[in-house]
Amino acid sequence: MRRKSVIFNSLIGAAALLTSVLVGTSTSQAVADGPLAAYDAAHAGGTLTLVAQAAAGTLDPKVNYTGQYWQIFQATYDGLLSFSYGTGKTTFKVVPDLAEALPALSNGGKTLTFKLRKGIKFSDGKPVTVNDVKASFERIFKVSSPTAGSFYNGIVGATACLAKPATCKLDKGVVVDAAKNTVVINLVAADEAINSKLAVPHAVINPASAPSKDAGTTIIPTTGAYMIKSYNPNKSLILVRNPNFKEWSHDAQPQAYPDEIDYKFGVTPTAQVTAVENNQANWAYDPIPSDRLNEIGTKYAAQVHVNPLTAMWYLPFNVNLAPFNNLKARQAVSYAIDRAAMVKIFGGSQLAAPVCSFLPPNFPGHVDYCGYTKGATPAKPAKAWGAPDLALAKKLVKESGTAGQAVGIVVSDDDVNKQMGVYLQSVLNSIGYKATVKPISGNIQFTYIQNTKNKVQISVTQWYQDYPAASDFLDVLLGCASFTPNSDSSINMAGYCNKALDAKMAKAKALGVTDAVAANKMWGAIDQEVMADAPVAVAFTPKQLDFISSQTKNYIFSYQYKMFVSQLQVK
Amino acid sequence: MSLKDSSEAVFSESPGKIALRNLRKDKRSIIALSILGFIVGISFSAPLYAHFVAHTNPFQSTLDATISIHGEQKAVLEPSTTGLGLGVTPIGPTWNLGKYFLGADGQGRDVMARLLYGGRSTLLIGTTAGLLCIFLSLLIGIIAGYRRGWVDAVLSRLLDIIWAFPVYLLAISLSVVLLTSGLTIGFIHVGPGSFALPIFIIGIVYIPYVARPIRAQVLALREREFVRAAVGTGAKSSTIILREILPNIMPSVLVFIPIIVSLSMLTESALSFLSIGVQPPAASWGTIINEGLGLLYTRPIVGIAPGLMIVLTAAALNLYGDAVRDALDPKTRARGD
Repeated sequence: MRRKSVIFNSLIGAAALLTSVLVGTSTSQAVADGPLAAYDAAHAGGTLTLVAQAAAGTLDPKVNYTGQYWQIFQATYDGLLSFSYGTGKTTFKVVPDLAEALPALSNGGKTLTFKLRKGIKFSDGKPVTVNDVKASFERIFKVSSPTAGSFYNGIVGATACLAKPATCKLDKGVVVDAAKNTVVINLVAADEAINSKLAVPHAVINPASAPSKDAGTTIIPTTGAYMIKSYNPNKSLILVRNPNFKEWSHDAQPQAYPDEIDYKFGVTPTAQVTAVENNQANWAYDPIPSDRLNEIGTKYAAQVHVNPLTAMWYLPFNVNLAPFNNLKARQAVSYAIDRAAMVKIFGGSQLAAPVCSFLPPNFPGHVDYCGYTKGATPAKPAKAWGAPDLALAKKLVKESGTAGQAVGIVVSDDDVNKQMGVYLQSVLNSIGYKATVKPISGNIQFTYIQNTKNKVQISVTQWYQDYPAASDFLDVLLGCASFTPNSDSSINMAGYCNKALDAKMAKAKALGVTDAVAANKMWGAIDQEVMADAPVAVAFTPKQLDFISSQTKNYIFSYQYKMFVSQLQVK
Repeated sequence: MSLKDSSEAVFSESPGKIALRNLRKDKRSIIALSILGFIVGISFSAPLYAHFVAHTNPFQSTLDATISIHGEQKAVLEPSTTGLGLGVTPIGPTWNLGKYFLGADGQGRDVMARLLYGGRSTLLIGTTAGLLCIFLSLLIGIIAGYRRGWVDAVLSRLLDIIWAFPVYLLAISLSVVLLTSGLTIGFIHVGPGSFALPIFIIGIVYIPYVARPIRAQVLALREREFVRAAVGTGAKSSTIILREILPNIMPSVLVFIPIIVSLSMLTESALSFLSIGVQPPAASWGTIINEGLGLLYTRPIVGIAPGLMIVLTAAALNLYGDAVRDALDPKTRARGD
């Protein structure tokens, strides 16, 4: 998942690995795993005001691919399944939502049978039927959902739908029986992650009458605790209680507390902080500006929530373009960057920690090692990153024969990313390159750096996990299949393709079905092998900081969707 | 001196000499030149300050640097030690010339050294762009006004096209396009980080503001008796322009120079503030204000110091422009202003 926005990955093996996630993770608000507390009607009511610098685009839950709106969709839309409300690791659990229970598996795991709950209505008063379910799955393809080809391509008939989305029919893939109120999903092959895939917003159930194209700002009736009253991307998104909502599962879609949620756009990050401080807003969406961190950490400490994330900030090198088509050049930069300095730019050691390995700490498969720190090599790694080695970096640049070459660093144009770029420029200049910083709009930077046509040599980017599995990082970001030249959707930004390692990753994925521990060990070894090739330089792992107003209570963090918006209390 | 001698002295002096004498007497001119001289002096001594006084490289990030203040070792970027320990704050002004006089920026660089280097860039770009603009405007204005006819029509419409764009919108558009890959004309290539780009862009966008009044003046002069007489005597166009037209429009041009230089400097600062002027790690007052924006709550001096320098320089240039205008304007002198 990209910071704040794009959620990209396939959902594989989440449940089996949940227990190993977050073990030993430090947090300022350590929360025990457990279910959501019982609803307290005394705190119901009021208006929750959220503020952000910008809207996140389309309101269509099958198209929108941003963390900003996925957080909202959790309280507005429902799928057959969903990620659980609760505390701690419970938030990674997949629970039945519009379906009465988790699917009954048959035919070797290729057939999933659901029974739809009765009595649930859309916000426009129409009942939710099995026909809506079928239409919703077909709609994934009709609107060309970003995950249609990766999450749902295993449904029988999906191939034809991907080829001709406008006329998509899943008559054999999604079989419904109105009399029995059942939905049968047929897969081409068993998919261990299908439950997780059915729990994300792209698989929510919309009315069969929903438009067959991206709805944009058109409001689609909801099933959740809230319905959408109005949406103006330049101004606000207003949610009000869904009059037809009655809680059917406290885990999947609990009753909400605020009567109304006003999401206001066009508020600068610093104005967001001031608004929360003055109780003019309940929560600030955007990252807190660095010069306000100390202020909120001292004067408003009780309103600050810092939670661990399994994520990383990293620098993908273009391994197919000079100077980083040279291993020594890539290793030189890996040695030269001062990860502690980058942590300082991000906001200090309370908000991030230096790392070298590709798999973040406390992540399945993670091994404590660092091959690019002073006194270590990829062959003889240290346990952790200690300090940069500029002398070795300069030597490597000299040996690589790339000294004096021009290097463009592409970064997003927000303050923190620009500062990272300027720092990196200074480092590259100091080891012998002629570096320039190219800040471009954050709206396009992520796709821009993926496209080989743009000839990006090095960039600064982030990757946030959706679910705990090593493949989510290594396979997705550095697998051969993730590299598509001349495409904006080539998440393997380094353009790195090592067939031998690809085969090992496939082996580790297969092993994960039967032996998670052995698979994780294998992933750890793959991590070290990959980093010896240095297709990327990993910098640090960040934390999530939420700043809420003093009048806002009942903050609960979800590892899946971050803060539960509908559970905040303003009364 | 007799009355006769006095009047002879006055009439024997050239207008230029009279203007200079008036300028020397004008307090505004003296104050403005003193301020400008001081700013230019300290700005162009930036390398000396950085090397010999501050012992720093203002273009190198030093996020892990420490300094000794009153015998105590302090980090240039200080992690918060209060509350939740969130955030890192650059060291504030030490008011010690050798050690972060104005404090550090977010990259741990000496703000004072960058301010002086920034002044060098801003003054260099502002002055060069201003002079380029004046030169091109003179050329266009004189040719259009003197030639008249279709030449005037074409040049005037070109000026109208540039005039039709809001200055900053045009400058921003040109900057965004040119800063991505630089400018290539034939075998000449100007890199994206070169100062030549902002100079070129700013030099272009203000041309109509100067060229149009010059053209109007030349059109009027073209009909004056002394010019017609020169034409009648068969003098060459170049001779007429150099000897009859140019001296008569020079007072206006001289008045334009400080104003356009001031405007160019402000535009450069604005473009650099928007990250489309001077490129990092180079500094200009605009880039430093941009860097200071992120430190407004904790280290406001980073943004305020270059802002003050811009205000002072622009005010001094405008003040000097007023003084020049008055010194060159015979009507003002006649009124005894």
